[in-house]
Amino acid sequence: MLIGVPKETHAGEQRVALTPETAGRITKLGHELILQAGAGDSADFADEAYREAGVEIVDGAQAVYERAALIMKVRAPDEQEIERLRQGQILVSFIWPAQNETLMSALAGRGVTALAMDSVPRISRAQKLDALSSMANIGGYRAVVEAANRFGRFFTGQVTAAGKVPPAKVLVIGAGVAGLAAIGAARGMGAIVRAFDTRPEVAEQVASMGGEFLMLEFDDEDGDGDSSATGGYASTMSDEFIAAEMALFREQAKEVDIVITTALIPGKPAPELWTTDMVESMKPGSVIVDLAAEQGGNCKLTQANEVVQHKGVTLIGYTDLPSRMAAQSSQLYGTNLRHLLTDLTPGKDGKIDVNMEDAVIRGTTVVKEGEITWPPPAPKLSAAPKAKAPPAKPSDAELAKAAAEAKPASVLVPMLIGAVALLGLGSVAPPDFMSHFTVFVMACFVGYQVVWSVTPALHTPLMSVTNAISGIIVVGALLQISSGSGLVVFLSAVAVLIASINIVGGFMVTQRMLKMFRRDG
Amino acid sequence: MNAGMVTAAYIIAAILFILSLAGLSRQETARRGNLFGMAGMAIAVLATVFGDAVDNYLVLVIIAAIGGFIGLTLARRVEMTQMPELVAILHSFVGLAAVLVGFATYLDPESYYIGVERTIHDVEIYLGVLIGALTFTGSVVAFGKLSGKLGSKPLVIPSRGLVIGGIGAACLVLLFVFIGTAPDTATVAPVLPGVDASAAATGDAVDVVPSESKTAGTLVLIVMTLLAFAFGVLMVMAIGGADMPVVISMLNSYSGWAAAAAGFMLSNDLLIVVGALVGSSGAILSYIMCRAMNRKFLSVIMGGWGDVAPAASVDGDGEPQGEAVAIQADEVAEMMRDADSVVIVPGYGMAVAHAQHPVSELVQKLRAAGKNVRFAIHPVAGRMPGHMNVLLAEANVPYDLVLEMDEINDELGDTDVVVVIGANDIVNPSAEEDPSSPIAGMPVLEVWKAKNVIVSKRGMATGYAGVENPLFFRDNTRMLFGDAKDSVQAVLTAL
Repeated sequence: MLIGVPKETHAGEQRVALTPETAGRITKLGHELILQAGAGDSADFADEAYREAGVEIVDGAQAVYERAALIMKVRAPDEQEIERLRQGQILVSFIWPAQNETLMSALAGRGVTALAMDSVPRISRAQKLDALSSMANIGGYRAVVEAANRFGRFFTGQVTAAGKVPPAKVLVIGAGVAGLAAIGAARGMGAIVRAFDTRPEVAEQVASMGGEFLMLEFDDEDGDGDSSATGGYASTMSDEFIAAEMALFREQAKEVDIVITTALIPGKPAPELWTTDMVESMKPGSVIVDLAAEQGGNCKLTQANEVVQHKGVTLIGYTDLPSRMAAQSSQLYGTNLRHLLTDLTPGKDGKIDVNMEDAVIRGTTVVKEGEITWPPPAPKLSAAPKAKAPPAKPSDAELAKAAAEAKPASVLVPMLIGAVALLGLGSVAPPDFMSHFTVFVMACFVGYQVVWSVTPALHTPLMSVTNAISGIIVVGALLQISSGSGLVVFLSAVAVLIASINIVGGFMVTQRMLKMFRRDG
Repeated sequence: MNAGMVTAAYIIAAILFILSLAGLSRQETARRGNLFGMAGMAIAVLATVFGDAVDNYLVLVIIAAIGGFIGLTLARRVEMTQMPELVAILHSFVGLAAVLVGFATYLDPESYYIGVERTIHDVEIYLGVLIGALTFTGSVVAFGKLSGKLGSKPLVIPSRGLVIGGIGAACLVLLFVFIGTAPDTATVAPVLPGVDASAAATGDAVDVVPSESKTAGTLVLIVMTLLAFAFGVLMVMAIGGADMPVVISMLNSYSGWAAAAAGFMLSNDLLIVVGALVGSSGAILSYIMCRAMNRKFLSVIMGGWGDVAPAASVDGDGEPQGEAVAIQADEVAEMMRDADSVVIVPGYGMAVAHAQHPVSELVQKLRAAGKNVRFAIHPVAGRMPGHMNVLLAEANVPYDLVLEMDEINDELGDTDVVVVIGANDIVNPSAEEDPSSPIAGMPVLEVWKAKNVIVSKRGMATGYAGVENPLFFRDNTRMLFGDAKDSVQAVLTAL
């Protein structure tokens, strides 16, 4: 299939949906590629490099739209670009279907099939084509770079001949992909990094990036503050929770030098987390980078695409951080697109198959041949979230286990029956039998205790040694071998023979095995 | 030696046996434990021989010498890869001995009981012979399967449940017939309504009840023994290769119960204690094995992974069956040279290919190069509990490098290279990720979390469970096709 990549038209957009490297790989899937001349210039990819990778360079966007059967872009198409799309064409780009209803109906009106790179389902298999994550990663990194640029001090603490410099303190709010990238970048520059997230289970990830996770001293009425149930995104929290969160932030505001906020709730305006009074209580020279600026900002004072000053504090509201690292983000985005194309081209024969049975493709496709197919049905989560509601399909074993835990009666009843049966046995059996039975039951319990403590590594020797000692049945045979009856003697003799094979064989092979186990060194 | 001294000796022996099992809790004390076991056995046997009941010394010494010699030869000759077979055949000996002791006890003219004691004694004999008989044939079949003399595929006869149920019912009915043949209760033989017609012999047994009670009882016992033999065969025949750990531990358990039953019939507490120890040991091992496969004990015994397996693997919509990427031995060597940490996951395939020695050499080489090399053992890897540990020990791998699944699973994510040798189901990610998979919920080694995974395998065949393994199609997985031993040798040479 002929795939076309036009130059991005959005003002300031420097990324491109194809790099020479991904071009080579896409060609291997059996596709042909055309690129609008100069599309890669702002991301430092020259036309010549594309040509070497087998891409045909054409002049003007019009030619690309006319010839290509599939269009790959970064930004959602603008009005002019929508005009150029034709019936049956496939479009792959960011679309943001939830926020762009008019765009969606326009795309449907053109009769195209549109795949939204922002709608890739969040399941493990789809991670390699999750463009949101790759862009968020870059955004988080760049946020630290931008903050460092505006911050008049070192990040790392130093002891110099001219005196001691304390390290900068960075607070990252929201430990998603962007937040984690910011934590890593800030740590790498030597700052002390603290992070907060409404999902306590990300504490481990924060720690793994070198950050300190701020815990909220707070009891949720619902029993847990767990919001991972909504497919890996944060959701709106209860009032009590927010109050406790705000108190924590107020305290931190006096201490930290740099705040990076990344809190986004899908399909809603960004929550206000960093209030004006917090900004005002920060030290002069502090920097705030608001990665949620496009959705209204986590701080009200932020202005999208602007850098503003408020009482000595710098607020950065850039919404195009990935585009500011165009070469890197084009490469990652291009790779995401390549993985999507790999999924779309199962035969590696240049034939695109928008297979709506595939959960990943189904989720990504927002318009299919002129029909809006968004939102998709909920994806099956591969890792069941830690939710209070039982997972969708608990196995029978789990259900049985839950039932057993719920009803102590189910343990008590068999025990009761056992006790009654035992009493019944005792009422008829002679005392001699009962004394043997006592020995038997006690021995079972001793065996139970002893065997549980055996290390699994020695299970084979355990079996061979129990084998050997169960040769103790030889005692039974011995007791009979001097019987008056010839038949009994014969049977006993055979029993002694095989039991002694067992005893000697079992003990000897155990000894041989145990000799082989040795420690290191 | 009087009876009191014999009993005292038995107490000492019983304590030594318990200490013997307790010694196995750590490698350091394990050999001492085994010596305790030997001492206990020697004391028990000598006490019995020099007790009042034995005077037939000549026969005894000759027979014991022959048996001991055979045992010694077996123990010396057996290869570590054949341990499961040896254990299985030894189980069958215990089972057969229990049958013989049961018959001998029944036929012994010197024993008489009356009333309830008679009934209980008869029940004890009956149960002892029953358990012994099915242990015997079950173990023989297990031996045949493990040694390759019988196919390791589950063999299920049509309407197996019915046949097994029929045998069980017949055995139960025969128990009452057998009790009924006791001399002092034989005046009125219980009338038997509609005994399972398939057990034709039952009818004969009923006919001869009034005439000569001991002969009749012997006949019933023989019929039941034959039925139990058939039962043992049917039960183990239907169980496939990778379920063998469960079967072997189950038979281990049965051989213990058989010994305990013999103890009851002979009123011998030592036999009861040892039988109970062995029986509970085997039962615990079966439980551990079942848990490691996330299967119910009954479903293992009923054979196979059930009929759902093939169907479910077809409709699995989760993981696309991508392309498995092959790798050459020199590339594997290259990968290992670059790695800091290597984890080796052995499976039954390593035992089959006798690859443990080259693997051990590989480990020595890598460790000499300063790399962190360890082994990860799944509880059901191989054909019996702890099989892999013994093989690696034989190949001189220090046991502190050999870790259990729970010990190492969390660290696999930080491992550079994981080498899977001849294992399949125990590293299958669909156990965790695909709730519709037949093996869903089975604890597995999470090798796919490692940076690189190398799977040494003969071909793309599925494992015992018959489930496709998406691990082979992962981006970080490379397949090293070929016999495990040759592959590891090739990597060694390349290093």
